[in-house]
Amino acid sequence: MRTLKFLLQKEFRQIFRDPSILRVIFIMPVIQLMILPWAADYEMKNIQLSVVDHDHSEYSRQLVNKITASGYFILTEYDNSYSQSLRSVEHDKSDLILEIPAQFEKSLVKESEATLFMALNAINGVKATLGGTYLRSIIQNYNREVRTEWIQFPRFSPEPNIEIASSNWFNPLMNYKYFMVPGILVILLTMVGANLAAINIVKEKEIGTIEQINVTPIKKHHFILGKLIPFWLLGLVVLTLGLIIARLVYGIIPAGSFFTIYAFAAVYLLAVLGLGLLISTYASNQQQAMLISFFLMMIFILLGGLYTSIDSMPAWARTITRANPVAYFIEVMRRVILKGSGFADIWDQFAIVGGFAILLNGWAVWSYRKRA
Amino acid sequence: MKQFLSFVKKEFHHILRDRRTMFILLGMPIVQIIIFGFALTNEVKNAKIAVLDPSKDAATVSLTGELNASKYFDVEENVVSYDQIESAFKKGRIKLAVVYPQHFGEDLEHLNQSAVQLIADASDPNVASTLVSYASAIISDYQKRVTDERKLPYTIKTEMRMLYNPQLKGAYNFVPGVMAMVLLLVCTMMTAITIVKEKELGTMEVMLVSPIQPLKIVIAKAIPYLILSIVNISSILLLSVFVLEVPINGSIPLLVAESILFTLVSLALGLLISSGAESQQTAMFISLVGMFLPTIMFSGFMFPIENMPLPLRIISNIVPAKWYYSIVKSVMIKGVGLGAVWKETLILAGMVVFFISLAVKKFKIRLE
Repeated sequence: MRTLKFLLQKEFRQIFRDPSILRVIFIMPVIQLMILPWAADYEMKNIQLSVVDHDHSEYSRQLVNKITASGYFILTEYDNSYSQSLRSVEHDKSDLILEIPAQFEKSLVKESEATLFMALNAINGVKATLGGTYLRSIIQNYNREVRTEWIQFPRFSPEPNIEIASSNWFNPLMNYKYFMVPGILVILLTMVGANLAAINIVKEKEIGTIEQINVTPIKKHHFILGKLIPFWLLGLVVLTLGLIIARLVYGIIPAGSFFTIYAFAAVYLLAVLGLGLLISTYASNQQQAMLISFFLMMIFILLGGLYTSIDSMPAWARTITRANPVAYFIEVMRRVILKGSGFADIWDQFAIVGGFAILLNGWAVWSYRKRA
Repeated sequence: MKQFLSFVKKEFHHILRDRRTMFILLGMPIVQIIIFGFALTNEVKNAKIAVLDPSKDAATVSLTGELNASKYFDVEENVVSYDQIESAFKKGRIKLAVVYPQHFGEDLEHLNQSAVQLIADASDPNVASTLVSYASAIISDYQKRVTDERKLPYTIKTEMRMLYNPQLKGAYNFVPGVMAMVLLLVCTMMTAITIVKEKELGTMEVMLVSPIQPLKIVIAKAIPYLILSIVNISSILLLSVFVLEVPINGSIPLLVAESILFTLVSLALGLLISSGAESQQTAMFISLVGMFLPTIMFSGFMFPIENMPLPLRIISNIVPAKWYYSIVKSVMIKGVGLGAVWKETLILAGMVVFFISLAVKKFKIRLE
């Protein structure tokens, strides 16, 4: 126990002596949490629209006014030629073309039917689909208005009609930041934990100070614990900092209990730090350790469901995801913070991440050899 | 010249000796292409739903059956109360709940009017709105079938055409992004770290006292990474054409030339970082936080730039990857020529000149 105390003292001194590490631990997460959620906003706004109006009628003007008034679209061009509009898509000046055919108003009134034509820049499929959906729903609304202008509906509808009402639970205003902030918090915790732990032991190897430790009677698990505990505490500090920012900047108050969040984070950090330590016992220099941890982090984060849903992944990718601690923590954070889930709802994730922690740390202790 | 070549040879030995690093540097683009190409989709399918159906008549059963039969939904459970819906949401078992009223079928038949409630888990707003719109479409289709496809009067129909990417493949969007990410990683981060490593280990001193010019030492360090990048560019392009079936619509020489230009920007950034950093850790964090994150965030391939608040949109202009991403997208997918991307090219070229001159100015040939 006394040995451990001295080891901890040494580690803490090393950490607090180095301003660059402190900067990484405290300033980086704050800045990222302030900027990232603003950037990672998938709510579509300001879609650039180019209108080709061959009709120039009352109706076509009404429709265009309706579209621009919706706030989703910015009218970049109002032209007569499709080829001109296409060129503006090519130059990334517009994302969407709406072509109103000649005789649009006439055929709508006389033939009771008219067709509009849309062309979307689909290189970014999500953006194209969402933009198309918005535009279509505005057109449908307009359609309904036109219809009521022309016909009086009877009190009972003449045709069977199913009314669809939808409600959004847990995030009624559909604020995308509520979705991103808990996820980003997980990423920060993971990066701080795994990277720092991975580099730490390797640095001792590279500088040669690890030999001095190897010749002392320090036990293997003491050494690993001495490396683990400081970063574990720092990780919890980063989490606290993150939760404070989430509260102050984004107004996110966890619906679940803080105790659940911290309990899960404590176990999760052990798993992530274990991974970092494991990398560092295998890597032979800092560059290698950084690359390996970066490589693994990238896979974990991309497959962690931060911004694409895990359910839509193919079966093989979902299988990999089962071995991905990041995915479990993101899921748990979102559930606890947004939906207010308690221990009973997340105990299986708890057990799995706990298993990772034991496995990875056990492996790290086992593979660390007190030899040069 | 001979001196210079032997330095380049030395750097190659450094890289080739470290098998693990080599493996990751060459494997990274391949793994990224596979993950992005096959695992990450924004398409929503197989979403699990719960059904609360107190009427259980022919109409609700066939409507539920239709939801279940579509590729978007799987009926996970039948519930009897709102409480059960909430607990299923909290356990993360379902994403959407469909609630029928009592006497759904009867009302539809006799009053010509009935209602369905859709409750979505909006903790993921985009998935929620997508699911609601899919479910609504299925329900209206069902309704149309019930009304024998009678047309409503005064209907505006819409026809949509997806330009450049009719199948809405995600690959069109991310291949250019992966190229930018990999090039930055290999060139900026690795170059910066190798130079700083020599400082840290003290071997820089040895080289500085040798008769070779200091600038040549640094350039010799950059050349192997330039070659490695060209290998990576080719493997990404080959994979995307033959595995992901993303065509190269524009001219290949132009694409390669632009990529080399971007590689030069990245190398220059690496040199700049190395001249400022004193330890490998610092070099790594500057490249990660200063280069890599901005690339992911501001190049536009993961998060749409036009959605961002104005200050961030302004910042995005100083991120080189943004310009490169736009060039690759234009040349590779839209198939346009240099005429359409000359502005971006000029900006990148300007960045190369600026960063290199800054790095040279800051490069210290003396040790403190």
